[in-house]
Amino acid sequence: MKKVILIALVATSTTAFAQKASVVKFNAIDKILKTQSDTIQVINFWATWCGPCVKELPLFEQLNAAGGPVKVTLINLDFADKLDRVNAFVTRKNIKSKVLLLDEVDYNTWIDKVDKSWKGSIPATLVINPKTAARKFSEKEFTDRKEIEQLIADVR
Amino acid sequence: MKKIHILLLMLAATFLFMAATPPGYEVGDTVTDFRLKNTDGKMVSLADYKDAKGAILVFDCNTCPYSKAYNDRIVALNKKYASQGFPVIAINANDPKMSPGDSYDEMVAVARRKGYTFPYLVDESQNVAKAFGAANTPHVYVLKKADGKFSVAYIGAIDNNTRDAAAADKKYVEEAVNALLAGKAVPTEKTKAIGCGIKYRNS
Repeated sequence: MKKVILIALVATSTTAFAQKASVVKFNAIDKILKTQSDTIQVINFWATWCGPCVKELPLFEQLNAAGGPVKVTLINLDFADKLDRVNAFVTRKNIKSKVLLLDEVDYNTWIDKVDKSWKGSIPATLVINPKTAARKFSEKEFTDRKEIEQLIADVR
Repeated sequence: MKKIHILLLMLAATFLFMAATPPGYEVGDTVTDFRLKNTDGKMVSLADYKDAKGAILVFDCNTCPYSKAYNDRIVALNKKYASQGFPVIAINANDPKMSPGDSYDEMVAVARRKGYTFPYLVDESQNVAKAFGAANTPHVYVLKKADGKFSVAYIGAIDNNTRDAAAADKKYVEEAVNALLAGKAVPTEKTKAIGCGIKYRNS
């Protein structure tokens, strides 16, 4: 019995810890874009070296912590050989949202699939309602959570 | 009459859409000349390049990891193409208040350290970067010259592998310049790439 409690404790405590980033190809993001559900997907593109991205991350973290039918995914665009650096960052900042390191340096093959208007700078954020295919894309830094919530309201 | 109304509505919609996306040159557009300060203190204009067949204009900066990853490739582009009439001209438009490492003094240091054999110009007003619609660094505009005027022939990335030059199998800028030199159509006129957003001052 004690063992069970211990396991349960360990299990819950690890979920409270920051995540580790997994390295993915674009199909993982395509899947998020195409999965039918009632959950609004908030997908933020960022990198550890991008100042404005790092500055706005807490807004996405707040949104993630608020729960509800909204799922936050942080797509990291550091190079795949910097996975350790990304994981150290995620741990240091105690990031709880899902972090995926997108290992696709042939950007031209996938940028337009995220949004045709995307010129290629980060931070960039896509908010999508998979059920209605309603989407909002923004290629700028957010300074207030309300700006992201407005995008969510727009696609709902 | 109805037709005109619809036309007007469509026009209005087009303008609304344009207002939402940053303006800038498209392929085929004629470029307005500029006059910007180089790291040697001298002013540089496109008009200075009297014998050029075009130019490889690179919006770049000192600090961006993508710029750093491409630095040697930009130096190599100038080495290969300046003598063939397509010199590299690099322009830094980042606001040094937002990105102190991109100050003019730092540009001078980078140009010296990296042995730049091409101008590295400061776009203090950011008006040149805005006119081109440059979004991130490095963002390349291959220009061709005809009848004394420069026009845009290619917009986008240098190649298709930011991290590893040797692994890039599509060298967009080289292909564009080679095509122009051969009097052929540019095979890929526009590409996109992730880069550090140009630090524009809020206006």
